[in-house]
Amino acid sequence: MIPQIILLSVLIFIMAKMMPGDALSGLIDPNIDPATIEAKREQMGLNDPWYQQYGRWVDDLLHGDLGQSFRYKMPVTELISQRLMNTLWLSLATLIFTYIIAIPLGIISGRYNDSLADQAITGYTYLGFATPLFIFALVMLWLFGFHFGWFPTGGSVAPGMEPGSFAYVLSKINHLLLPAISMSLIATVGTVQYLRNEIIDTKQKDFIHTARAKGAPETRVYNKHIFRNSLLPIAAFFGYEITMLIGGTVFVETIFSFPGMGQLFLESITMRDYSVVTSLVLLFGIASILGALLSDIILSLVDPRIRIK
Amino acid sequence: MAFLEVEDLKVHFPIKGGIFGRTVGHVKAVDGVTFSLEKGKTYGLVGESGSGKTTTGRAIIGLNNITAGKIKFQDKEITNLHKSKSEFRKDVQMIFQDPYSSLNPKKRVRDIVAEPLRNFESLSKSEEKKRVQELLELVGLSPESILKYPHEFSGGQRQRIGIARAIALKPKLIIADEPVSALDVSVQAQVLNFMQDIQKELDLTYMFIGHDLGVIRHMCDQIGIMYKGRFVEEGTTDEIFTNPQHIYTKRLVAAIPDIDPKKRDELVKFREEVRMEYEQSYNDYFDKDGLAYQLQPVSDTHLVALPEKG
Amino acid sequence: MTEELLKVQHLKTSFRIKDDYYAAVDDVTLTLNKNEVLAIVGESGCGKSALAFSIMGLHTKAKIEGNILYKDQDLANMSLAKLNKLRGKDLGMIFQDPLTALNPLMEVGEQIGEVLMLHNKNMSKTKRVEKVIELLNKVGIPRAAHTFSQFPHELSGGMRQRVVIAMAIANDPEVLVADEPTTALDATIQSQILDLIKELKDGSQAGIILITHDLGVVAEMADRVAVMYAGQIVEIADVHTLFDHPLHPYTRSLLNSIPNAEREGEKLHVIQGIVPALQKLPRKGCRFSARIPWIDASEHEENPELHEVAPGHFVRCTCYKNFHFPDESKEAAHHGIS
Repeated sequence: MIPQIILLSVLIFIMAKMMPGDALSGLIDPNIDPATIEAKREQMGLNDPWYQQYGRWVDDLLHGDLGQSFRYKMPVTELISQRLMNTLWLSLATLIFTYIIAIPLGIISGRYNDSLADQAITGYTYLGFATPLFIFALVMLWLFGFHFGWFPTGGSVAPGMEPGSFAYVLSKINHLLLPAISMSLIATVGTVQYLRNEIIDTKQKDFIHTARAKGAPETRVYNKHIFRNSLLPIAAFFGYEITMLIGGTVFVETIFSFPGMGQLFLESITMRDYSVVTSLVLLFGIASILGALLSDIILSLVDPRIRIK
Repeated sequence: MAFLEVEDLKVHFPIKGGIFGRTVGHVKAVDGVTFSLEKGKTYGLVGESGSGKTTTGRAIIGLNNITAGKIKFQDKEITNLHKSKSEFRKDVQMIFQDPYSSLNPKKRVRDIVAEPLRNFESLSKSEEKKRVQELLELVGLSPESILKYPHEFSGGQRQRIGIARAIALKPKLIIADEPVSALDVSVQAQVLNFMQDIQKELDLTYMFIGHDLGVIRHMCDQIGIMYKGRFVEEGTTDEIFTNPQHIYTKRLVAAIPDIDPKKRDELVKFREEVRMEYEQSYNDYFDKDGLAYQLQPVSDTHLVALPEKG
Repeated sequence: MTEELLKVQHLKTSFRIKDDYYAAVDDVTLTLNKNEVLAIVGESGCGKSALAFSIMGLHTKAKIEGNILYKDQDLANMSLAKLNKLRGKDLGMIFQDPLTALNPLMEVGEQIGEVLMLHNKNMSKTKRVEKVIELLNKVGIPRAAHTFSQFPHELSGGMRQRVVIAMAIANDPEVLVADEPTTALDATIQSQILDLIKELKDGSQAGIILITHDLGVVAEMADRVAVMYAGQIVEIADVHTLFDHPLHPYTRSLLNSIPNAEREGEKLHVIQGIVPALQKLPRKGCRFSARIPWIDASEHEENPELHEVAPGHFVRCTCYKNFHFPDESKEAAHHGIS
């Protein structure tokens, strides 16, 4: 895991260096004498070999210094920490909705496979796979935000709220709902199909015959033997889910003007705010790696066959 | 002069553990085995699951890395030649256990059988086709089957396709890894008869890996019994079955079901005796790690793993 | 005095392939007596496992016709709720592969306890644990209390099969169906497990249906043997008669195809052709006729029936009367393939 993060940071650093321009290009008045710029460059160490620059960058990183955002004129650390909580809440809400939708649908679809209900659910999953999230989110925004006006159409909280008050929390939740539901409706289809296939697979396992031969009624066969064994791989799917979420927040936050890291990411790219972009890519990467690690840990907790020694 | 000599062969697999995936130990799948094959004969390698018999076979043909030891084929050392396109790779072929999974389902019979030919001989399209058809005829399949896929054949027929592929390069030695374990008895008879027929026709030497002692007895001239990566006994088929010396061999022989129901009580008594002997004399036959000792000769052909005297 | 335990009458188990039903078990009639091992032997695809699963009601998608009578109740025509009162209690089952037959996520003690709990609702938890440990001891598992909280993957193949057996006998069933109980095990373990099954039977007087393809296992275990081919019983007899005087061409061919130390050096007999796939099973005439083509068609019956040739010895079709093996030279010419 540690080597993965190091490799990731090197890649990000090199890619950032390969992008046209550097930290000075955006800051400096183009009318200044090139020699002065060159002197400034030399002074800032921008002409050093890449590994020296990388060393300094990592050193700063470890001290919590992610650099300066030239657009917001403030440290990236501060900028991200403002947005971090919003994205975390949005992700959590999306995850909850994802599982609320996926588990019952997957179970129905898997238990009664080839029934009408299963066909309807599988139909939905195919639609979900085929629909691009950013289009679906736009439709949701238009329909429930503008047309019906049931949900706010932007921001993470209504203006003028007293932070910490009950109304503030409610408003926060209200702003979360539509983006979270939009994202989960699309993100969940993978989990639904995965769970469905797991259940169909487990249904044919030999130990299900054993359970029936013991005289276990069908409800028990399903609850005690099939569902438990099928839900387990879903835990392993969790890491993948986190990676999907990161991709999803970039679009959804932008469409719903939700002030989170995803929106910040897209903005920073269009504005060429490189220090923000590299910091965010690094954070997203670390989150994905942690997600995978989390999957392994969950799996080793619930599956007796896999134990971390 | 032996045809194939295996000297103190060891195959150890590392066990990875911990978060950093370091090697924390080794599984000694094959832990120092020595034996030799005679030309034109069938050598049986017997053992239960986990005994290392398959690993031994795979190591000889180069499918498992060898940790230590030497392998000599026709007096030439071939221990580390596996990766190259040497003569050895032409001369030694393998037949696998499961005829259902050892043939690529997406390839036609023609391509499956011709694969070794393409690797070692440059034949024209028509020559190749002719050779494949000859081979199929030799294994008793109609030459028209070259365009079919493996799933169109029965288990016994698939095993024959596997054999056709194995004999395509006119090998001298065939390592057969449980070639009939996945087959029904009547199909098993078909494959065993056939293997004996082509042995005579092509002057083949077999190394027959198996766990079914009835089949081993029927097929083999010489037998080596493996247990936890080591040999416990080696001898002619007659010596192993009528005069087993090691307690583990005795247990194996006693465990063979007799197809005469009249001998049932006799067998139960015999097994009980062997079991008692096994429990009483366990320490005479196995060292403190539960492994077999080095082989000691009891006759010219008969070797038994016993502790050294004195 | 023999006491009839289970009577299978004209059982037909059909599976749906595309739009048609094909019978894998086709008109099977047999009786299992108390304290008896009835072996059902045949090669893969003969319908022996389908028969075992039919008796236990484990086919969820098959069409079952005929009757399976147990104590005046018909298992084949019974509600699932009623059947569940019998399964695990009066009827126990041992499966082929003990690794896959056990739930990988449940402690073995819990899995054995489940079958006790399902049929003894009033049994307290402590009593249940006690009983499970008693069962583990009974099937020869050392350190039963320790094994109780182990998971299947932590046990060896032989130990797992003992756990499966403990589960099957937990409620002292009267009928035990054992579907290839030793096929997945090593030879030395096989003989131990067979001994255990015999020992348990002698203690409980249960009737055992033993499904196997291994004639050695049959010779060691069975009191009576039914040989199945292509979904039908072709011969049924007590074990000594079957091995000493086999009559049906299929039985005789099978016996001749196993390597036998007493006929050292002889060629093994090869049965011509292959077992036809379910959709291609001949449904008329003698189903084995295609595999003994040198026997004249007139020797076969038009609608082969089971004939009682001696008390308790039944053979299907008349073709057994003048059956002979083809002469050696001809047989060698075609390695037994059509």
